[in-house]
Amino acid sequence: MGADGSGAVADSGIYLYAVTSEAGEACLKLRGVLDAPVRKISRGDLAAYVSTVPLDQFGEEPLGHLLEDLDWVGGVARAHHRVVESVAEAGPTAPVRLVTVYSGEEQVRELLARRHDDFLAVLSRVAGRREWGVKAYVDPESASHAGVGGPAERETSRGQRAARPGTAYLQRRKANLRSREDLWRHAVACAERLHAALGEIAVAGRRHRPQDPQLSGRKEWMVLNGAYLVDEERSAEFAAAVMAFREAAAGAGPGTEADAGDGAGVGELGRVMGMDVSMDIELTGPWAPYSFTAVELETGGREGGAR
Amino acid sequence: MTDPGRSRPVLRESYAQPMLGGRESSNLGDILERVLDRGVVIAGDIRVNLLDIELLTIKLRLLIASVDTARELGIDWWEHDPWLTGKNRELTDENRRLRDRLAAIEERLDERQGLPMRVPEQRPREVERRAERREAVRREADVRGGNMRGAERHEADGRGWEWRGG
Repeated sequence: MGADGSGAVADSGIYLYAVTSEAGEACLKLRGVLDAPVRKISRGDLAAYVSTVPLDQFGEEPLGHLLEDLDWVGGVARAHHRVVESVAEAGPTAPVRLVTVYSGEEQVRELLARRHDDFLAVLSRVAGRREWGVKAYVDPESASHAGVGGPAERETSRGQRAARPGTAYLQRRKANLRSREDLWRHAVACAERLHAALGEIAVAGRRHRPQDPQLSGRKEWMVLNGAYLVDEERSAEFAAAVMAFREAAAGAGPGTEADAGDGAGVGELGRVMGMDVSMDIELTGPWAPYSFTAVELETGGREGGAR
Repeated sequence: MTDPGRSRPVLRESYAQPMLGGRESSNLGDILERVLDRGVVIAGDIRVNLLDIELLTIKLRLLIASVDTARELGIDWWEHDPWLTGKNRELTDENRRLRDRLAAIEERLDERQGLPMRVPEQRPREVERRAERREAVRREADVRGGNMRGAERHEADGRGWEWRGG
């Protein structure tokens, strides 16, 4: 794995963070991965933001091990993100996937030249727009207490008295599973309505797979993990829409509890907006347009067009 | 608040913060998800690329792929699919490519020798069928919302709106 074709044994590489149009001038007092200073490499009307990294960490082999170390990855990810974000503040930016390391600046210039049109297309797509993240969570525990799948639960409690403990347990378990399924279906439908509504304001939207609880730090079901590309002029409108949904969904919930809670207030609002499951909706951003620059650039090097 | 679109700090304070309930706006999970899974992917002539070492970091990628949610939905097929566990995938692909080439060469040879066309071997087809099955499984998993590679594919092809789970 070590040898790489190039004769010289280099001990450092060029870490690429993002590509922008030359016009943007990000603050370059920035520190990148491993606290190295970030610099700008220009070619034509494009610019790349890079820093030097040691190959004893960023070579292919050490990297393979280090990437198993979540602390190390976390540090690199934060540094990467920090650079991308501040570059994105200055102008349209195409963030590059974490850990993209070139052997020299010349290679980076070459990349800018060869993929010039692709980068320009990406940059024009995101110019004047920001990415927002919207996540929706449903708490299966509290929701099932709130009586989702009500008839099933009532049935169980009736059966419970008659049946023997073992049977009752199984029945309870079955009903519980059924109500969880119900809840899941309802919640997914709500999430889709929310996604569609936000799409009316955004110029593009993506639904990403839900995050692992270890990443989200939350045990609830994540039923929406959306990313939205929004014109800067409509950012406030977008945030307000999320806020409205958040309020509508906070007190919503099938069954009687929501009605009992706030009278005609929140529960009603939830129904009007199609939020019939109690959800916690979270807005993050604005982000650099990570989700809308997900293009694969095959520069056709060593694979020899195998794919 | 004159130009809320541009001035990030204002937006963060007035909209994002209250919704986050005091949590840090850019938590590591959100960042990891973005920097590992999105953005421009350049493959080919560079020195090191996450793609090259992707196979070694399956653990990390699974973390991003929301294992628990997927498992909760019964989508744990990758644990049983050797195809997904590392280099096997490459080997399978390469195997298929080689068999295809071999079949093509044999065909040409036969033609040149004026022999009747050989019945194509079963193996390449079998491999293809398996690939199709995997594809079906992935699509299925995709529809149910927790898929890793399927989702990736969606992202890569899809511009604009995409619906999953419909």
